[in-house]
Amino acid sequence: MLNFSETFQNKSKLITRRMFILTTVKVAVFIGIISRLFYLQISENIKYRSLSDKNRLREWKITPQRGIIEDYFGNKIAKNKQVFQLHMVPEDVPNIQQLFFQLARIIDFDEKSKINLIKRLKKRRPWETIIISDNLTWRDFSRLNIFLHETQGIKPVVAVAREYIEHGSSSHIIGYVSEVSAKDLQNNKLLREINLPGLRTGKNGLEKILNNIMIGKPGLQRFEVNAYGKRIKELKFIKGTPGKNFRITIDQELQKFTSKIMEDKSGSICVMDIYTGDIVVMVSNPTFDSNKFVHGISKTDWQELIKNDKKPLINKPMAGLYPPGSTIKPIVALSALENDVISTKLTVECRGSVDLYDHTYHCWKEKGHGYMNLRSAIKQSCDIYFYEVARRLGIDRLAVTAKQFGLGKKVLPIFNEEKSGVVPNTEWKSKYIGKSWYLGETLISGIGQGYFQTTPIQLCLMMAQIANGGYEIKPRIIDDKYVVQSTIDAWRYEFYLKNNNLSLPNPNLKKLFRNQENIKFVLDALYGATNEPRGTSYRSRFTSDKYMFAGKTGTSQIRRISAEQRKLKLKNIDLPYEQRDHALFIAFAPYKKPRYSISVVMEHGGAGSSGAAPLAKKVIKKVLDRHELRKKYQLDLFQEA
Amino acid sequence: MVEIYSQRDNKSIKDKILSLDYVLIFLILLLGIISILAMYSTEQGKFGYYTKSHLSRFFIFFGVFLLVSFFKIQFWFRTAYMFYFLILILLLFVELYGVTASGSKRWINLFYINLQPSELMKVALIIFLSKYYCKIPSDSVTNFKYLYIPFFALLVPAYLVATQPDLGTSLLIILGGVSVIWLTGFRLQYFLYSSLITICLLPVAISFLKPYQKSRILTFLNPERDPLGAGYQIIQSKIAIGSGGIFGKGYLQGSQSYLDYLPEKHTDFIFTLFSEEFGLIGSFSLLLIYILIIYRIYNIGNNAKDNFAKLYCFGFATAFFIYVAVNMSMVLGLLPIVGAPLPIMSYGGSAMLSIMMGLGIVMSCKLNERSGN
Repeated sequence: MLNFSETFQNKSKLITRRMFILTTVKVAVFIGIISRLFYLQISENIKYRSLSDKNRLREWKITPQRGIIEDYFGNKIAKNKQVFQLHMVPEDVPNIQQLFFQLARIIDFDEKSKINLIKRLKKRRPWETIIISDNLTWRDFSRLNIFLHETQGIKPVVAVAREYIEHGSSSHIIGYVSEVSAKDLQNNKLLREINLPGLRTGKNGLEKILNNIMIGKPGLQRFEVNAYGKRIKELKFIKGTPGKNFRITIDQELQKFTSKIMEDKSGSICVMDIYTGDIVVMVSNPTFDSNKFVHGISKTDWQELIKNDKKPLINKPMAGLYPPGSTIKPIVALSALENDVISTKLTVECRGSVDLYDHTYHCWKEKGHGYMNLRSAIKQSCDIYFYEVARRLGIDRLAVTAKQFGLGKKVLPIFNEEKSGVVPNTEWKSKYIGKSWYLGETLISGIGQGYFQTTPIQLCLMMAQIANGGYEIKPRIIDDKYVVQSTIDAWRYEFYLKNNNLSLPNPNLKKLFRNQENIKFVLDALYGATNEPRGTSYRSRFTSDKYMFAGKTGTSQIRRISAEQRKLKLKNIDLPYEQRDHALFIAFAPYKKPRYSISVVMEHGGAGSSGAAPLAKKVIKKVLDRHELRKKYQLDLFQEA
Repeated sequence: MVEIYSQRDNKSIKDKILSLDYVLIFLILLLGIISILAMYSTEQGKFGYYTKSHLSRFFIFFGVFLLVSFFKIQFWFRTAYMFYFLILILLLFVELYGVTASGSKRWINLFYINLQPSELMKVALIIFLSKYYCKIPSDSVTNFKYLYIPFFALLVPAYLVATQPDLGTSLLIILGGVSVIWLTGFRLQYFLYSSLITICLLPVAISFLKPYQKSRILTFLNPERDPLGAGYQIIQSKIAIGSGGIFGKGYLQGSQSYLDYLPEKHTDFIFTLFSEEFGLIGSFSLLLIYILIIYRIYNIGNNAKDNFAKLYCFGFATAFFIYVAVNMSMVLGLLPIVGAPLPIMSYGGSAMLSIMMGLGIVMSCKLNERSGN
């Protein structure tokens, strides 16, 4: 019994000893668990808290209202309209095939749109709203609402979408919006930040230029969602801010009128305020309907646009390059006078052609103009006379003056598509062509042929800067009160000085001339060209002071005329379309109190006098008719002028 | 051996009531109340099915606990083998007529409740081994003739449970049994040998695992392997615990749980929910309660004058510790997900019954210890 008891005691001690060892293990394990808790809940707390929030919070952005673009009189050119859309949350749809079947019965939802939708579905998360149709007709929309109780996971939504009020006349200026592409996201940080399904971004024109200002700030709805993505409660609602509205200097009424008179022609017409630089009209024809792009242009429409020979997608006033032809002559004359190369009394005999540097140079008038002085040469656009002027002047001096008056550089650089054109000189040729300048090239440059390349808006600016007495102006298309105020103040001061015969310097206006008499001479010669018999645009003249304008025609050749062709006396109308001359005309109006300059460039329109000047006449009348109205909308400060 | 107990003088009911371990009872009740509150939180603050049934189970099984306490320890000593074989028969019954749920056959349908015998086996095995070993002198424990009975007593139920399949419970049964064997003085070197053999056999064992079990192990090694599939539970559990911080998100404010990101939040992941809502302070407090319970059980065992009681109490304390440690390590990402409930906190009747009975027997040891010599 004693032995037994001893064994019992020993065993008990052993058990206790073994338990002690186990207890130390337990302590170690508990320390491990406590350290782990410390690690997770204190060291890594921030990481896990953000992961938890990422789990539980989901944000839905609300598309902001895009800013509106108005014309000078407040008519909306690009506005927002109500559209009816059909949204779907894929995870809420119990049976997608059944839904497709139902949709096909209710709305216009064919096999093609089904395949397209399935493709898009694969790229999206199941809880992300996907837009099945972004522009339903009212009929479809109301039918959907009737059948809504039969379907699950879809939601008819009234949303806003872009609408362009006018079909086409301002499409090139305004551009269009369309769905955000992968490339847009790559290039535009703001779009990446907004990142909204169904968001539209400006692809072209002002829609693109002003995109980030007009797009607005999206609203936000923050929801708490459960593990299945179901919204449990709304935690936050921030109303978005609509984008900024813009007013542009364009007169939409004139724009429409101008577009209409150009009808099936291809070309551009620009009208500019010669003092403020406001672009009043800038039409490119043929044009396109911006609305077609908003919801994605159809393939056939797109093909039609890109296959059209007249290139409707090109913004011709800014991106179209044409040799200026005779419209350069006022600048050639001015340059020669300013450089004292010739006097206005220089007389040259025009026999229809002249042999110089082993080559025969022709005048457009085969029989010749006879004895010409500078005024009559501008008036009748005598080429022989200007060959002589150019020969004496030289290309480099001509180029300086041409650039001064706005050729060879961009007029509205905000537009990506704008081209700067070419004002050639010897340096330019050796740099870009790699050859030295030939004297013969100076001659043809004197009549605006050869390497000369100008855009219609440059010609318009050139005309404006001559017509306003030779001052530099800064063309603008976006209306900005502060900018225009300083311009007006500058001109006011200039007129004040002039009316009081003061010759003080005006620091706010840059003079482009050396002697203003030379400018006046050129303007008078242009008066002759339009308003005196034998003037090139005499047939398009107005007789009343109100509408009287003065301008210079131009016919720019796009082919070399061979000797045989010259003999055949081919008329433009007999040539194939692509070989016909471009018709140009630049003018300012009214002659007595100039206010607007205009440039008309008709591609393959034949002679400037017949192909461009008559259009200019119509536009000028309309512009001047609307001048009174326009005056009401601006600071009326030129009354005294 | 039986004489040991017959020598004892029987205490009166009054004495028994007075000698109850009130600290342990208080801790159990505290844990019970915390578990009910946690259950209430899993149902987003609704007094729903889980809360109701957990509440009633807790109080019923608390009654069972008291009832078991008042049985003489001799009774448990005498019925130990019977108890074990009864549960073993139930396990065999499960194998044949069990109720299948979510892919495994673990339950017996007893009209009103589904009983899970594998949970009861956890306690039954400890009693069995305690009784078996208390008779054997410590220096002969390692003898082969005393080895094969515990070996089969351990492996037969473990095998039956593992094939249900319920690897987690099977492992917990083995660990509980092994810890008793350890306490009896089984030689250290044999433990080392068998551990080595186990490690060597591990690749073989893994090849017998079901694909989902394999993926759990792979997931444990790298939870990001399949964040929406096998790794989902552990990732979400770590997010919930980690986002709790020091003070937690507040009661009923645990977003991970009430937004359903947390899987199995009623059962295995109840600690995660608690930790998310009460933070580090809450987790510590809960852990402290468990440590105190283990300490009280240990204390009772330490004061026990006979080896059966001592062995049982120490064995049960260790098993209790293992349940807590495995569950917490699992939800903290320290162990693979094996399906081990947290004692008392987790929803589940059989597990709670098993724990309460175990604690009752511990208390019975306390009530029957001799006061002085």
